[in-house]
Amino acid sequence: MRKILVALLWAPATLLAAAAVHPLDPAPIEPRDLASLQAGARTFVNYCLNCHGAQYMRYNRLTDLGLTEAQIRDNLMFAADKVGETMKVAMTVKDGKAWFGVPPPDLSVIARARGADWLYTYLRTFHRDEQTPSGWNNKVFPNVAMPHALWKVQEDAASPVAYDRTVRDLVNFLVYLGEPAAQSRTSIGIVVLFVLGVLFVLAYPMKQAFWKDIR
Amino acid sequence: MSDNQKVDKTRRNLVVATSVVGGAASVGAAVPFITSMWPSERAKAAGAPVEVDISAIAPGELKVFEWRGKPVWVIRRTPEMLESLKAVTAKLTDPASKDSLQPEYAANAYRSLKPDLMVMEGVCTHLGCSPQMKPADAKAEMGGDWAGGFYCACHGSKFDLAGRVFRGAPAPTNLTVPPYTFLSDSTLLIGEDQKGA
Amino acid sequence: MASRLMALWEWFDARMPSVAQEWRKHAAEYYAPKNFNFWYYFGVLSMLVLVIQIVSGIFLTMHYKPDAGLAFGSVEYIMRDVSGGWILRYIHSTGASAFFVVVYLHMFRALLYGSHREPRELIWIFGVLIYLTLMAEAFLGYLLPWGQMSYWGAQVIVNLFAVVPFIGPDLALWIRGDYVVSDATLTRFFALHVIALPLVLLGLVVAHILALHDVGSNNPDGVEIKKKKDAHGRPVDGIPFHPYYTVKDTVGAVVFLAIFCVVMFFMPEMGGYFLEHNNFIPADPLQTPEHIAPLWYFTPYYSILRAVPPLFNSQFPGVLAMGIAVLILFLLPWLDRSPVKSIRYRGPYYKIALALFVVAFLILGYLGIESTTVWGQFAATQGSLMDRMLDTKDRATWVARVCTVLYFAFFILMPWYTARDRVKPVPDRVTM
Repeated sequence: MRKILVALLWAPATLLAAAAVHPLDPAPIEPRDLASLQAGARTFVNYCLNCHGAQYMRYNRLTDLGLTEAQIRDNLMFAADKVGETMKVAMTVKDGKAWFGVPPPDLSVIARARGADWLYTYLRTFHRDEQTPSGWNNKVFPNVAMPHALWKVQEDAASPVAYDRTVRDLVNFLVYLGEPAAQSRTSIGIVVLFVLGVLFVLAYPMKQAFWKDIR
Repeated sequence: MSDNQKVDKTRRNLVVATSVVGGAASVGAAVPFITSMWPSERAKAAGAPVEVDISAIAPGELKVFEWRGKPVWVIRRTPEMLESLKAVTAKLTDPASKDSLQPEYAANAYRSLKPDLMVMEGVCTHLGCSPQMKPADAKAEMGGDWAGGFYCACHGSKFDLAGRVFRGAPAPTNLTVPPYTFLSDSTLLIGEDQKGA
Repeated sequence: MASRLMALWEWFDARMPSVAQEWRKHAAEYYAPKNFNFWYYFGVLSMLVLVIQIVSGIFLTMHYKPDAGLAFGSVEYIMRDVSGGWILRYIHSTGASAFFVVVYLHMFRALLYGSHREPRELIWIFGVLIYLTLMAEAFLGYLLPWGQMSYWGAQVIVNLFAVVPFIGPDLALWIRGDYVVSDATLTRFFALHVIALPLVLLGLVVAHILALHDVGSNNPDGVEIKKKKDAHGRPVDGIPFHPYYTVKDTVGAVVFLAIFCVVMFFMPEMGGYFLEHNNFIPADPLQTPEHIAPLWYFTPYYSILRAVPPLFNSQFPGVLAMGIAVLILFLLPWLDRSPVKSIRYRGPYYKIALALFVVAFLILGYLGIESTTVWGQFAATQGSLMDRMLDTKDRATWVARVCTVLYFAFFILMPWYTARDRVKPVPDRVTM
């Protein structure tokens, strides 16, 4: 018990003494760019949802991106019938473990856990490596069990910049996926602060009116 | 007006103004708390309309489906069953379904879109128990002039084959008819009208 | 209409006069010193945050599921599927950090003006009990989202109890209800967090305020206003709490809420300090995160825990030091031997000591968030005397050790330096 405690307390130091961290490129995402988000959604559904789930996200929430339910149903739903369903993955945890060694994590909040820059750099630093089971390795996540799911996209891309843009859109979508309420959060926040401002403009003179005679 | 009175007036005005704005802000702040109690997206998705296959229902047979956690009865009514509906009108509490809940296309003599297919919630309008089907030949327990219908064991309410409640029952209204539409001759969509209500 | 309301009130007042009596005693006729400054907002703001946490907590409990398999998902359900659920969640997460900001500033006010001194020792003791309960409440609540930090933070802290001699391992087992932090731990932490500790907190806050009102408030000059009363028996330097401080605290509350809302609506994660990034990964008992750190408000004590080296192969000295660092607060009224209460009339010793204490506390807080290697290593050649003598070459650990000494010195040396400090004459009337 004491050994575990000591290990837990000193572990951070030893782990960080390991390999240096790959520098991260800033993700040039624009959360209000609906076209980018829609493109990202399409990439996500076509290339990620085969192995990963996004079990906390409902298909019909994608109307946030300026899509109609019909468009969602026709273009983005392969593994579900009803538009109110969540983005579950067909692969079971058991299968995932058997095929990859570790089940592919759910991606609903991956952007909140890893950050946009990490995801943007990760998806662009896959490279061939004969030593790994999948034949792929990654500079940001060494020895990752995930193969380069976007390798065809990268191969077919018109240029490296075009691939970067696809990844940018995907990361933009993943950030949205992590917190769909983000845009309403900031817009409601502005209204709230305005109301508090008005309240202050009334409350402070009120205080002064009472405190005038106190010295 | 003396200085003191002016000060009092200023104080009162500012207190009123601050209270009004503060009160409005508090109501605004309460809104997310109150709305959080409405059905969530998960509840709404689970309460979405259900598609059911009615091809296997034989004439005179009742099949039970689930929609929004409630039993929904689909009965393929025979011509005799439809005839019997006219005979019992005098014994009903709400024969024209004026006080009962049904979509406008079910506010007719048969309480349904198509006369031979009755769709209604199997939930007694008294206190929510699910009644039992008692066909016309159950005269021994239901009485000599029983033409077929439903009996709720909880408190004795009786309903006919269009879900209309008999007088003398504790249930106040006829069985509720949910919105529904036919996707084809063999498929029914329970929970949504043709207009998508 | 108004006369109907008046009549209704009179009917009620005739049958329950204590409502009007208590209102007079604690507000309309509670005479507080007229020279309250900025530092005096934080008591009321603490109460405001308590109410905010309770109300947001109640509504969160309507949707949260205290089950190891469902908890993480239920939080995302609240964030996405519950209408306005994300507001509830962010109020509660921002409120938790806001509570500690406000409480630390409230405690600091006491250190500035001697609010812990005679006759207010009991108020201080209730206050330290509130602080301890609050820390427990925050710790229990943090397990509930069932993320990686939730799980491993709980695992580490509960294991600290295992280090207590003799009863340790059984104590940890009893707290957990299982051999590791598990579903059993989650449900009991839920029960304690949602009902038990809030009730304790409310009771202690009531006791804290009643004890205060019985004695009367202190003020930035440390002058006892009850010593000078007018013909009506009211302190000449006192003003009725209502309307003067109700009105002033309204302004304070509005400003506080504005800052609160800026954080809540525009930066709820606060760079990972209020909502840790790792906590968006569901708890995995088989995978320890690279860097476990408690939430920012616990980090000064976490630093002290890490700074103390093991003795006789036991981590217990570190745990003991951490515990004493908190518990020593209880002794403050008796450690402070100064003839004056307020820092305004104290000499340089106390001012320097307090400044060093604050700096040490802040550095310890920062170091607790980072890993011990954050400031690199001392250069000491292999085999040299320094290399052999030092148990660790991490600069951060040595700085933490120095700050730990400063932290304890503030308290332990206090009887000595407060008695010998040069003091200024205290006025008998308050200064505005």
